[in-house]
Amino acid sequence: MTASLALEPEGGGWQLQLRGDWSLAAIVQIEAQLKSLPATLHGSMLCDWSQAEAPGIGPAWVLLRQLADIDPQPPVLLHTGGPPDFLQLLQKLQPDRRAPDRMHAPPRTLRGLIGKLGRWSVLQGRHARGVLDFLGRIASVIGQAFSRPRGWRVSSLARHVYETGITAIPIVSLIAFLISVIVAYLGAQQLARFGADIFVVDLVTIAVLREMGVLLTAIILAGRSGSAFAAEIGVMQLNEETDALRAMGMNPIEMLVVPRVLALIIVLPLLTVIADAMGLAGGGLLSLINLHIPLPQFTTRLRESLGPTTFWAGLIKAPVFAALIGMVGTYRGMQVRDSARELGRLTTVAVVQSIFMVILADALFAVLFVQIGF
Amino acid sequence: MLDRSVDPVIRVQGLCNRFGSQVVHDDLNMEVRQNEIFGVVGGSGTGKSVLLRSILGLRDPDGGTVELYGRDVKSLASADRSSLVQSYGVTFQNGALISSLTVAQNIQLPLLEHYSLSEKTLDELAQLNLALVGLEPEAGAKFPSQLSGGMIKRAALARALALEPKLLFLDEPTAGLDPISAAAFDELMLYLHSQLRLTIVMITHDLDSLFRTCSRVGVIVDKHMISDTLDGLLENPHPWIHSYFHGPRARAAGKEIHG
Repeated sequence: MTASLALEPEGGGWQLQLRGDWSLAAIVQIEAQLKSLPATLHGSMLCDWSQAEAPGIGPAWVLLRQLADIDPQPPVLLHTGGPPDFLQLLQKLQPDRRAPDRMHAPPRTLRGLIGKLGRWSVLQGRHARGVLDFLGRIASVIGQAFSRPRGWRVSSLARHVYETGITAIPIVSLIAFLISVIVAYLGAQQLARFGADIFVVDLVTIAVLREMGVLLTAIILAGRSGSAFAAEIGVMQLNEETDALRAMGMNPIEMLVVPRVLALIIVLPLLTVIADAMGLAGGGLLSLINLHIPLPQFTTRLRESLGPTTFWAGLIKAPVFAALIGMVGTYRGMQVRDSARELGRLTTVAVVQSIFMVILADALFAVLFVQIGF
Repeated sequence: MLDRSVDPVIRVQGLCNRFGSQVVHDDLNMEVRQNEIFGVVGGSGTGKSVLLRSILGLRDPDGGTVELYGRDVKSLASADRSSLVQSYGVTFQNGALISSLTVAQNIQLPLLEHYSLSEKTLDELAQLNLALVGLEPEAGAKFPSQLSGGMIKRAALARALALEPKLLFLDEPTAGLDPISAAAFDELMLYLHSQLRLTIVMITHDLDSLFRTCSRVGVIVDKHMISDTLDGLLENPHPWIHSYFHGPRARAAGKEIHG
């Protein structure tokens, strides 16, 4: 039976008859029923619980709160019909009208907005200082490691070289191969119109070696390892593991940050070489199948199209990209505080920012290389 | 006194749990009756939390049956299962409050999930649950990371009470609290137990808490459970149980209660 309540005049006051299911499961109906109570009422009130089934503490509380809001308040509120035991407890809890407001953060005002803007600005300033501080700490750890070989953390470095590098070889190879097949295929369609099929080889060689090999590898590692760095260090922050390291006299930058950044700097150039090789192989395969350029001809043409700097122009960017990805990832990880949401937010920020930084750096390199004719 | 004609709230029969070759529980039996506070104790690594997870259906046991209110947890259809889940409340060791929500929102979360209520009613229910566990309304606006250990335990209890369960599982409710807060938490538990007629299953290492609150205690030893009243366990000759209840700490805790 669904919950209902009826208000009937009795003697000089009122009787409130509660019927049906008054458990929490019926709270939605009870809430609707309570709306029918008048806002003003004079005289005493008698609450009859005898026909309420399985009354729950939540519904009873909501009812009491509603009755307390009646204006002017009924001078006497009595309960009959075997009211539930917890009613005494509820009456002791003293309904506080302002309590729900105290439970929430104060609403937004213009002043609050300006204050927020101010806090945001200060925070940005602090972030900028934090980044400088972070860079300085990394530099000092690396500097000290030259005179203190233990500071290199070789075993940790090896683990990260394995995790960020060796395990990334399949995906990096596959993507480099496929992208260069696509470029060669689409390039061939265009070049064939001029009867210049053979220039597909130049296209693939220069595109892969100068730009795509290193850029694709960097973006894959940003998504793969940059996020892992941020998340791993972030969880350690939440577990107070970094604080524990500090308390034991160990430097989290030396233990956690530098091995990851260095591992990435070691690994990214190597992966770039693999990506370059796979990209050229993809171009060669497509030329063979689609354009019927035999492999010896492909390699001859490849050698002719190679400038002295083509390969190095790509590879030289790899350590820079690696340092950017590694530092952004670890820095965002070190920033995690308090909650799981922060962890997710900062991991996202780490990936987005490191990809952005990589592309920005690539653009600067492009301009620089053109200017110096590299 | 305990009504023995009523079916037990929880009945675990022949429970087996293994991790690889390591056997944690072997033919473990456990019964919790209506309206009692049942303590679960055992050495570290005896699988107290594993037992709790098996009862809650968070872990599929490797053997045996778990019945809540006379119904086999494993064979329930998902709709029945969801109504069963609403019939108990759980607090986890570290609170497990959702860290991106305020305490009030944490309490309102299960209510929002199951009922469509107005904001006013939701706020009132959150306020009720905060008051029940002895927290100020201001605590409702705070995030879990801003709370002290004791407040986290209370907030977790408030969330567990939100759906008005008749059965409450508490995993180490007083661990990490100072003695005064822990004692206050014991009183809170007894208070809610008597006022709301709750059945409470409590995993604990806190002997003071055990002596103060529990009507019966189950000890996990040798992969089984030995359940008895405290007085019965004090007489038990099993070496681990004897050293547990007659160690220096236990004597101190027992002395205060029994005078």
